[in-house]
Amino acid sequence: MESFIQTLINGLQTGSIFALIAIGYTMVYGIAKMINFAHGDIIMVGAYTICVLTMDTKIPVVLAIIITILVCTVVGILTERLAYKPLRKAPSLAVLITAIGVSLFLQSLALIIFGEKQRPFESIIKIPPIEFGNIVIQGVALVTFIVTIICMVVLNIFIKKTKLGRAMRAVSEDKQAAQLMGINVNKTISLTFAIGSALAAVAGILYICQYLAVKPTLGALPGIKAFVAAVLGGIGSIPGAMVGGILLGVIEALSKFYLPSELTDAIVFGVLVLVLLLKPSGLLGKKRIEKV
Amino acid sequence: MEKNNKKLSNKTWLKPLCYALAIILCYIIISILIENRTFGRKYTSLFIPIGINIMLAVSLNITTGFLGELSLGHAAFLAVGAYSGALVTTNLVSVPEIPAMILALLTGGVLAAVAGILIGIPVLRLRGDYLAIATLAFGEIVRSIINTLKITGGPKGISSIPAYSNYTLVYVFVIITILFAMNLKKSRFGRAIFAIRDNDIAAEAMGIPLTKYKILAFTISAFFAGIAGVLYAHDRSIIKPDQFDYNKSIDILVYVVLGGMGSIKGSVIAAIILTVLPQALSEFGEWRMLSYALALIIIMIFNAGDIREKLGKFSTALREKKGEN
Amino acid sequence: MALLEVKNLGISFGGLRAVDSVNLEIEKGQLYGLIGPNGAGKTTIFNLLTGVYRPTDGSIILDGVKLIGMKPAEINRAGIARTFQNIRLFKKMSVLDNVKVALQNQVTYSLFTSTFKLPGYFKKEAEMDQRALEILKVFGLDEVSNELASNLPYGKQRKLEIARALATNPKLLLLDEPAAGMNPNETAELMDTIQLVRDKYDITILLIEHDMKLVAGICEQILVLNFGTELAHGTPSEVLNNPEVITAYLGN
Repeated sequence: MESFIQTLINGLQTGSIFALIAIGYTMVYGIAKMINFAHGDIIMVGAYTICVLTMDTKIPVVLAIIITILVCTVVGILTERLAYKPLRKAPSLAVLITAIGVSLFLQSLALIIFGEKQRPFESIIKIPPIEFGNIVIQGVALVTFIVTIICMVVLNIFIKKTKLGRAMRAVSEDKQAAQLMGINVNKTISLTFAIGSALAAVAGILYICQYLAVKPTLGALPGIKAFVAAVLGGIGSIPGAMVGGILLGVIEALSKFYLPSELTDAIVFGVLVLVLLLKPSGLLGKKRIEKV
Repeated sequence: MEKNNKKLSNKTWLKPLCYALAIILCYIIISILIENRTFGRKYTSLFIPIGINIMLAVSLNITTGFLGELSLGHAAFLAVGAYSGALVTTNLVSVPEIPAMILALLTGGVLAAVAGILIGIPVLRLRGDYLAIATLAFGEIVRSIINTLKITGGPKGISSIPAYSNYTLVYVFVIITILFAMNLKKSRFGRAIFAIRDNDIAAEAMGIPLTKYKILAFTISAFFAGIAGVLYAHDRSIIKPDQFDYNKSIDILVYVVLGGMGSIKGSVIAAIILTVLPQALSEFGEWRMLSYALALIIIMIFNAGDIREKLGKFSTALREKKGEN
Repeated sequence: MALLEVKNLGISFGGLRAVDSVNLEIEKGQLYGLIGPNGAGKTTIFNLLTGVYRPTDGSIILDGVKLIGMKPAEINRAGIARTFQNIRLFKKMSVLDNVKVALQNQVTYSLFTSTFKLPGYFKKEAEMDQRALEILKVFGLDEVSNELASNLPYGKQRKLEIARALATNPKLLLLDEPAAGMNPNETAELMDTIQLVRDKYDITILLIEHDMKLVAGICEQILVLNFGTELAHGTPSEVLNNPEVITAYLGN
C-alpha cells in the first residue's frame, strides 16, 4: 500500500510537468490547428537557460527564473513569427514539417553551443523532504505540485475572465468570425505561443530540478509524452490537457513499478490508442460532425 | 477513333521497351560508378542506403501521398522487416546465402504486411491528425515491444547479421517498388485510393468500400517498408530498437513531403538528395544538422510545391520548344 | 411493385426530429421531385436513402432489397447513386478519371493483372475509357476529359457529378439541387439533359430542387416536405394548387 502511494506521488509529479507542457500543445492546436513539434524543445531551452544562469552567473534564483521564462517566451514568439506565420495558409503537412525543422534547429543550436555531453545541474529547490511514515514527498515534488496548481488556476482565470482570454477562445472557435469582430488574430496567436512557451519554461525548470542534468535532446521525450497527454485529454481542450497530463504521469509511474520498465512506452502509447479508438476526440475533447 | 487506337497500341509496345532499356542502362552506370569508386569511398557506401531510403519514401508515399493519410509510424514496418529478416538469416546459418535471403525477404515483407493489417484496422477508422498520432503511437509500441522481447535481443538488438545486401539486390527491389507504385497509380485500385484521398464521402457514394481500400494501401505500403527493412538489416549487420524510433519515421515523411505528395519521381529525388546531403555536409560537423534544419524550414516557407510547379512548367516548355524545332 | 418503397422513415438527432414518418413510392422510370423550404429535411432524406445516416425508424426497399443497415458503398452497388448539394468531386483527378472511379464496379480486373500489366489490363482500361467518354459526351464534357476536375467552371462541375453518379449504373439516381447556382439558360439546358438521361439510360430519378416551377416542369410526381414531414404529394398541378403548400411557400 505504501509503495503504491509512493508510486502515485511520483506519478503525480511527472504528471504535473506533462500537464504544463501539454497545455502549450493543446492551446497552439486549438488556435493554429497545428501540432507544434518544436514545443518540447522549448523545455530544453528553458533548462539550459536556468542551468547557465544559476551555475555560471550566480545571479539570484528568482531573477534567473524570470529571465528563463522571458527567454522561452521570446523564443516561442520568434519561432511562430519567423517559421509558422508565413505558412498560415499552407497545407497542414508543410506546417508540420516546418515544426520538425524548428525542433531540429533548436536541438542542433544547443549542440553547437553546449556540446553533446550531458551537463550536471544543481537543483535550485532546496526544501527538505516531508515524511509520513515510509512515504516521502521530496521538496521538488511539493514545489512541482504547488507551482502547477498556481499556473492552472491563473491560466483558467486569464482565459475565462479577461478580454485577451476571450479573444483567444474566439479565435480558436472561428478565426474568420473573430477577425470580423475586430480581434487581432496575429496578436492572439502570438500570445498563445507566448503563454505556451512560458509554461514550457516553468516545466523545463521543474523537470531538471528532478533529473539534475541537461542535454540538447532533453526536450524530446517529455515533449512527445506531453503531446500524448494533450491528445489523451482531448486536443484543443485546456482542462483536457491538465487531466491528460496527470493521468499519463500516473499511468507511467504505475506501469514502471509493476511491469518491466521497457514496456512503459508500450503501455503509455497503448492507452492513447485505446482512448482514441473509444473516443477519438479524447477524454474531454469536443466532437466535430462533418456535414454531408 | 480507329486510328487513335492503333497509335495507342503502338505506344504500349514502345513504352515498356524504353523503360527496360532505361533500367538496364541505369544499372550499368551505377555499377560502373560503384566498382570504380568514382565518388570516393564516402559516397560509394551511400548507394545502398539511398536505395533503401527510396523504397521507404515510395512506400510511405502510397499511404501519405496516394491515400492522403499522414503516417508517423512508418519506421515500425521497417523494424518488423529488419528484425524478422535478421532472425531468419541468423538462425539459418547453414543455409546458403541466396535461399536464406529469399526466405528472409519474404518473411520480412509478409510480416510487415501483417503488421500493416493489424495496425491499419484500428488506426484507419480515425481521421486526419488523430490518425497521424495513432500511427506514431503504434510505431512507438512496436519499438517498445522489440525493446522488451528476448528473441529480438532487447535494447542491444541483433548483431553479426550476414552482409547479404548488395547494390544489385537493392537496385532490383528499388525498381520493383517504383514499378509497383507506378502501376498501382494507373490502375482502378489506385484510382479508388486517390478518390478516397480527394473526397471519401463521394468515393463511398460511388460504391468504393473505404475500409478495404484504405487497408489495401496501408498494407502495400507496409510490405515494401518491410522488404526495405530486410535489406537494411543485411547492410547494417547490427540493428537496435533505437534505430526505428519516431525520428526515423519523420525522416521518411520528410522525403515524401519534400518530393511532393503522390509523386513517385519526387520521392525518389528527395530520398537521393536527403541521403547524400548530410554526408556532403559532414565536414561542417555540428553545423550540419543546423543547416539541414534551416534548409527544411526555408524550403517549406518558400513553398516546395511552387518550386516544383515552376520546374515542371519549365521542363514542359522546353519539351514543347524542342517539338517545335 | 414500385422501384423504391420508403415507409414511415424517420430520424432524430438528439432531441431534434429531422425527418418524421415520411412515405415515398417511386415507380420505375419516373422522374420524381422532392421539394420544400430550407431545412425541410430534403438532403437528410438523401442521406438516409444512401446510408450516410442510419434511420431511427422506418424501412427502405429498393427493387425488393432492404437497404437499412447497409453501408453507403453497398447501397451504391445495390443501385442508388447520388450527387451532392455542395459539390464533392475528386478535385485533383482528371474529369475522365472521376468517371472511371465510378466505373470501378462495372469493369473489373485483379490487382495482379494491373501490377504485371497483363493484356486484360489494357483491354479493360480501354473499355473503361470508352464508356466514360460516352457518358461524358451526354453532358458535353468529353472535350475537357483531361482537365483536372477542380479546373472546370461551376456549371460543368455540377454536370460532372451527375455523369459520375450515372457511371455507377444505378437503378435510381438522386440529384441534390443539380441546378443550384446556374443561370436560367443553363438550368433549362440541364433539365433537358436530365430528361434525356432518364430516357436514354432507362433509369429512375429523384430530384431535390428549390425552384417549384422548375420541378413542376419536368417531374411527374412531387413530394413536398415541411419540417421533416410530408406536406403533400401528387402530380405537379395537384401539389401547386394545394392550399397548404401555397401557405408554406408564400406565408399566409
